Amino acid sequence: MSLWREVTLVAGKDLRIEARSRVTVQQILPFGLIVLLLFAFALDPDRGILRRVAPGLFWVTVLLASLLAVSRAFGIEADNGARDGLRLSGLDGPALFLGKAAAVAAELLALEVVLAATVVVVYGIHLNTLFPLLLATLAATVGVAATGTLYGVLAAGLRVRETLVPVLLLPVVAPVLLGATRAWEAAIDGVPSDAWPWVALLAVFAVLFTAIGMLAFGPLLEES
Amino acid sequence: MSDRLLKPIVSTVLGWLSLAAVATLAVFGLFVAPPDEVQSDAQRLMYLHVPSAWIAYLAFGVTALASALWLWPRTRATVWDRVAGASAELGVIFTALTLILGSLWGRPVWGVWWAWDARLVTTAVLFFLYLGYLALRRIPSAPDARAKRCAIAALVAFVDVPIVHFSVNWWRTLHQQGTVFNQDLDAKIHGVMAFTLWFGVVAFTLLYVYLLDRRYRLLSLDEDREAREVEAAIAERVGAAPPPAPPTPPTAPVEVGAP
Repeated sequence: MSLWREVTLVAGKDLRIEARSRVTVQQILPFGLIVLLLFAFALDPDRGILRRVAPGLFWVTVLLASLLAVSRAFGIEADNGARDGLRLSGLDGPALFLGKAAAVAAELLALEVVLAATVVVVYGIHLNTLFPLLLATLAATVGVAATGTLYGVLAAGLRVRETLVPVLLLPVVAPVLLGATRAWEAAIDGVPSDAWPWVALLAVFAVLFTAIGMLAFGPLLEES
Repeated sequence: MSDRLLKPIVSTVLGWLSLAAVATLAVFGLFVAPPDEVQSDAQRLMYLHVPSAWIAYLAFGVTALASALWLWPRTRATVWDRVAGASAELGVIFTALTLILGSLWGRPVWGVWWAWDARLVTTAVLFFLYLGYLALRRIPSAPDARAKRCAIAALVAFVDVPIVHFSVNWWRTLHQQGTVFNQDLDAKIHGVMAFTLWFGVVAFTLLYVYLLDRRYRLLSLDEDREAREVEAAIAERVGAAPPPAPPTPPTAPVEVGAP
């Protein structure tokens, strides 16, 4: 089987589970929306603070939602010996990693579309230059999905999985929050030239951690 | 010989040596070195702050190296896993020390306990990166599984450090020029002050090696105890289990090959 075929097989499995269980749509998405609402409670919406910090709030929300998405991605492998199934499937580590990460990335992208629309409407911001913004979002999402999948499998067999992943993942993705937020700010301000260095940083992050994940997934799955 | 890093005698000597070095550093830092012209006595914190930061980076470097050596099949040995763990612990302690000392220094000199300076933010992220690593290390599981998991996590954290550094640097330079840092601290340090600083680095390095050895020893004793406890528990279980079927009474020896 070609790598591509294996990747789509794994990603398709996860997305099919999602289509049937609707956990992302019915639990993670409402969670993200309520976080956006809570930010408005915490920060006075009348003084324009929300509008100014909207990109940061959006990306913090995405990161929090990504923790749930990662937890879910490995929660579905926890029962009924599903991880043994993965190990025995004969699929290669890199393919398994890419498949799982692609599914997480697809779910996050769907979430981001809704959350971004909410931010635009509710916080009252204008996205002036769309192209760097889209690229930054894509690169950041791939980076978060890759690191999330990496730490997800790292903690997969552990009883403390749910509490361990956030403390491991959040410091590592700190640069993603920083880069994506700055890129969004630049896009909102209509200064795309300020966004490109951050897009490049996000792309480097995404490529690097995808490569590490492809290498490490197999060995980590063995031990989980 | 993997339950000790250094010979006991070497470790003892090193312990006394680092104690003497740190005591000497205290004397130099507090009394011999002159007070700074601008920062007065607050500057004396630098004699601890700078060596702490150096040890923190050294310790995380050692953790990464030891983790890589564990992952490399040809050099895989328990010793590297323990060195990585012991060194990361020291790294976290010295990173915390660096942050606290820097904060204590920042209050009188900059007027604030904390500033969103690139180096401060990077150090804080570094602290949390390895705090997570230590949390991972504390989770009990089969030694080899844990070592592999931790080694990979250590390398991931190590790879992330330069990215954090660059991104934070960009952020603080693209966005706003340092506000509290613009005071021209270009004045070169000379003589006793420079010596004290360098001596501090040497003293702390000795201390690091000594503490690394001690932590290593504790880790190996701990692992030893755990293994023994498991054995004892198994032995107890086996002893408490209902005795196996009574031995069949001796009968006439069966002739092998009898019809």
